[in-house]
Amino acid sequence: MSGLNAPRLPSDETGARGGARLLRLLLPIVVLAAGVTVWDLAVRLNQIPPYVLPGPGLVLRTLIADWPVLSASLVTTLWTTLEGFLAAALGGIALALLFNQSKWLEYSLFPYAVVLQVTPVIAVAPLLLIYLPQETAVIVCAWIVAFFPVLANTTLGLNSVDRNLAGLFQLYGASPMQTLVRLKLPAALPYILGGLRIAGGLSLIGAVVAEIAAGSAGAGSGLAYRIAESSYRLNIPRMFAALLLLSAAGIVIYVLLALASHLLLRRWHESALGKDN
Amino acid sequence: MADSAASFDLGAPPAGYAVRLRGVTKAYPNGTTALGPFDLDVRSGEFVSLLGPSGCGKSTALRLIAGLSAPSSGGVLVSSQAPRRRGEHSIGFVFQEPTLMPWTSVRGNVSLPLRLARASRADTEARVSEALAGVDLLDFADAFPRELSGGMRMRVSLARALVTEPDILLMDEPFAALDEITRFRLNDDLLALWRKLRKTIIFVTHSVFESVYLSQRVIVMTPRPGRTGAEFRIEALEPRGADFRTSADYAAQCREVSLALARTSEPVRA
Ligand SMILES: Nc1ncnc2c1ncn2[C@@H]1O[C@H](COP(=O)(O)OP(=O)(O)OP(=O)(O)O)[C@@H](O)[C@H]1O
Ligand SMILES: [Mg+2]
Repeated sequence: MSGLNAPRLPSDETGARGGARLLRLLLPIVVLAAGVTVWDLAVRLNQIPPYVLPGPGLVLRTLIADWPVLSASLVTTLWTTLEGFLAAALGGIALALLFNQSKWLEYSLFPYAVVLQVTPVIAVAPLLLIYLPQETAVIVCAWIVAFFPVLANTTLGLNSVDRNLAGLFQLYGASPMQTLVRLKLPAALPYILGGLRIAGGLSLIGAVVAEIAAGSAGAGSGLAYRIAESSYRLNIPRMFAALLLLSAAGIVIYVLLALASHLLLRRWHESALGKDN
Repeated sequence: MADSAASFDLGAPPAGYAVRLRGVTKAYPNGTTALGPFDLDVRSGEFVSLLGPSGCGKSTALRLIAGLSAPSSGGVLVSSQAPRRRGEHSIGFVFQEPTLMPWTSVRGNVSLPLRLARASRADTEARVSEALAGVDLLDFADAFPRELSGGMRMRVSLARALVTEPDILLMDEPFAALDEITRFRLNDDLLALWRKLRKTIIFVTHSVFESVYLSQRVIVMTPRPGRTGAEFRIEALEPRGADFRTSADYAAQCREVSLALARTSEPVRA
């Protein structure tokens, strides 16, 4: 038996923390289940016709029945998103590095980056579709929406290098390249990853907006195009099924980027550490 | 050090001197005059302490000597030796904060100056291990800075300065955040190191006791903008140790320096 001053067993703590973690996973699932049940009951009890609001069961059946069409569309949209995201990530980081090297470049170009950011992409998309082939236009849209957070965050990160660490590199005669690789980029990494996490979701939005703008006139076949198409045909269950896939894609993108961020930072950055670490 | 080469376009200090400051002032862009006019002569191999109230410009003075910022007026002369091997530097700097890179291990931090100078891998490995052994941290070589205590981080910072075998060691309140026992031990380690290698050491501190214990010369600075308020040569039998710390002689010299510090820190009345 334990004495008077028995130390608290470590397993107590891990147990409690495990419980809290389980709860964190469980609660959203409970909310989801409740939401779906209410939805189902509302449709059944009020006998709402499926072209107004399909029930969850019908949406699921449509998802399975239309899977060949929808999955192909999902792949198309995901590719566009990925290309837009990569362009935004590379473009944003590269631009931030350029700005960091030359103040003049920053002063001349930064205002236009802001202009691109504040102009609603839904208004720009139709124009882009006139001047660019549709596939390119969609990627450019995704890029426009997503690159700014990467640029802004990377710039912030590069500028928040510890002054004394920078002094140390100067004292030890580091070349600009060494300072960049060994000091500035690692110091900016948490900021860059924060920017990328935002950019992931935004590039999906950019891709969807462009697909919608292209609409039925386009030869596109992405998920957003399916939604627009289903809406013309009053195929509401399929609209819901496509929407479901879009949300799922957004969640997966977010989780992947958060995971990458966690793995890269877990040994040293506060944001990735547990409170006992 | 007659063969010392110039590292600044202003030239080198005269033979036998490591550092010479003449009429140096520093005004920051926000209008604060932090220092000066400040004069300082430090002989090669000398251990000098700068003692002064918070904000009097001690850190600023060290940054100027290290060449990390430029004086607003006056001349900064620092002797420099051509490196005998890759990764050697004339100046080692221990900042007021540990200033470690959080994204790399203790070993990664200490090896930084050698990596920047592209020293060979084997050479780097050996010298880093030696430096870490010198501050008693060999067991923590693979730990990350956040896994260390404040005192351990400061020792990593010290090892990083020593790994380049500097001729001049600039130390900015390196032990201020440590408990008394650790501080005493590191004080003695530093003295042993200085006796062995005869580096020039400029040591900034708030502590009268520490400055008298360590240095050959204590320079008491006035409040901002800092100038030399008083100067004391500390006489003691070498090597200094625990018996010096408890001697009447030590107490007397501490009192003198304390009085001078209080006197120079008084607001000037017209
Ligand atoms: N980058 C800066 N910009 C503007 N003012 C500064 C800057 N750095 C220091 N100062 C000012 O210069 C003065 C001297 O600063 P410094 O850091 O040299 O003081 P210190 O003697 O090292 O003080 P402490 O003992 O508290 O470390 C302070 O009054 C401070 O406000
Ligand atoms: Mg200071």
